[in-house]
Amino acid sequence: MLKIKTPKKGRVKRELEKRAPKLVETGKKTLLLQGTKTSNTLNAVLTELYLLKKGSAVRYTRKNENIRPFESGGETSLEFFSLKTDCSIFVYGSTSKKRPDNLVIGRTYDHHIYDLVEVGVENFKPMNSFKFDKKLAPQVGSKPFVCFIGEGFESVEELKHLKDVLVDLLRGEVIESLNLAGVDRAYVCTASSSNRVFFTHCALRLKKSGTIVPRMELVEIGPSMDLIVRRHRLPNDSLRKEAMKTAKDQPKKKVKNVSHDSIQGKIGKIYIPDQKLGDMALPNKSKGVKRERREGKRKNDPNEHASKKQKEDSM
Amino acid sequence: MENQSQYEVDLGNLMAFNPSHHFPSLPSSREELVKECLQEGTKLVQAIADQLFNLPSTEDIDGPLVSLPPPTTKLPRSKHLPKPKPPTKWESFAQKRGIKKRKKDKVVWDEQTGTWKRRYGYDRVNDDKDVPIIEAKMTDEPGEDPFAKRQAEKKIRVEKQEKNRMQNLKQADKVGALPSHVQLAVTALPITGTKAVPKKVTKHELGDVAGIVATSTASGGKFDKKLPGEKAPKKQGKQRKFLPVVEGTGIGSQEKEQTEKVLNKLMSKHSHEILNVDKAITMYNVKREKKQKHRKNGQEKSSSTSSKLKPKNNPNKKSVKKGSSKKRKAK
Repeated sequence: MLKIKTPKKGRVKRELEKRAPKLVETGKKTLLLQGTKTSNTLNAVLTELYLLKKGSAVRYTRKNENIRPFESGGETSLEFFSLKTDCSIFVYGSTSKKRPDNLVIGRTYDHHIYDLVEVGVENFKPMNSFKFDKKLAPQVGSKPFVCFIGEGFESVEELKHLKDVLVDLLRGEVIESLNLAGVDRAYVCTASSSNRVFFTHCALRLKKSGTIVPRMELVEIGPSMDLIVRRHRLPNDSLRKEAMKTAKDQPKKKVKNVSHDSIQGKIGKIYIPDQKLGDMALPNKSKGVKRERREGKRKNDPNEHASKKQKEDSM
Repeated sequence: MENQSQYEVDLGNLMAFNPSHHFPSLPSSREELVKECLQEGTKLVQAIADQLFNLPSTEDIDGPLVSLPPPTTKLPRSKHLPKPKPPTKWESFAQKRGIKKRKKDKVVWDEQTGTWKRRYGYDRVNDDKDVPIIEAKMTDEPGEDPFAKRQAEKKIRVEKQEKNRMQNLKQADKVGALPSHVQLAVTALPITGTKAVPKKVTKHELGDVAGIVATSTASGGKFDKKLPGEKAPKKQGKQRKFLPVVEGTGIGSQEKEQTEKVLNKLMSKHSHEILNVDKAITMYNVKREKKQKHRKNGQEKSSSTSSKLKPKNNPNKKSVKKGSSKKRKAK
């Protein structure tokens, strides 16, 4: 037997609607979590990534025993967490003798693992080790510039994959319009060798150049680290094809109160609320409103006032 | 400026990529590496900004707004494309017949009260409680309450609609196009043949059943493999053990020992009571007295009755109660 279950509260319903598959997706949430063993560096990396992504990230701080993204059967609880938090990118940190300071960055499709990249963290420098002018500090959730430097990102398959994942991780929300005053940060990734990527986070300083385009200057604000690519797993082709589908026709927003006519052209409807004379504020200068005079009258002749009130009532 | 044509710029993601750069010789120190990276990065950021700030902008209170082009880098979706909802049974029927939707007014003229009333909902037209009289028809069966009939019919209509809705939702679920806020929850499987209302099985009930199933092998589930997450059955009955009744050595003699033990215990407990001399003397005395009284029986009746009552009175509470009740009556 089946039973229909619907949320009893509007808030729950709205939350479910937010999580439903959309025609055009606007961004991915990131889940940051760790295994049973982590190092101080890794904890710092995860928290700083969380700070960079704040607003669209979830940080799990408990140890997770049975997460091994690359092994079969080790992804079940990860997929469950992805479903629970509605995150489709995860960053999983763990350290071991074989793979010290290991970071697994992966994506999910329909809450199943889509692809995985494993990187080791070296030469990590946290945010607080950089000295810079606090005025330059970027806003939370601002849209970053993302730069990739190096031919490795095109020729080496692992780095190419890493670039794809990093773009997804760093790009932030997909937006249609951008406020140019809010451009304040950039990520720079450089492929220094075939398996090593230098990653850093910079603030932007806009300087006048005499033209519309300001002269950009980068100020390193951290965190910065070296990522060493270890293992990676590409999605299989059918899944990739499925996941790359996009909506052919963009959904049109319903325009309210505007209609088109062949004779009159565009017609707009305007609704004006009723004019409430009773609630209207009177201009202060009018004589009748002045307090002393009213009160004085009331003192002199209370009967008259009563009659006036009656009159008002009758109206 | 010459390099800019070599940069790949994706304005939708504010991303730039310089595929041609490679280090001629890896910088010796880290500072040099960082410096070079930042230099290259600045060039790329400038390349993005060149395109970005040249886009047509609209002034806003917070600053100039620029509409970005759609991103060119293809990235995978996080969830599948929403699937179109399949037509309901009525919709497909209406389409076949060419029935079109008509808009109905929300309010209808009510002739009974002479006012405008809602078509549905609270205070609606033709509400059951607003119909004081239902005219009799020729087809009406005598003895039937027309009001009750009306209510019952409405109940049936509502139930039918609910059934149809369920069916349509099931069809949508098959395609995977269930509305996001609706869930189809499975309740207990109905038992065919009986009309018992299917009840939702609780977690504990399921656990109990699983426990019974797990222990219903010949070995009582002792040698079975445990499933992941399976717990030991909660209530294990006490198991009685019977010793062999056939005499022998070892286990065979245990049964005899057991019974002997019990007997000895009983005997030893009452061993001092086997012959109580005082009691025996008093009993003997009482018996003799009785015999003497029997001889006198013919002469005095009252005394005999009193002697008969006496031994009964003392141990039994009932008799005491009787006496008390008699006293009450007397009062």
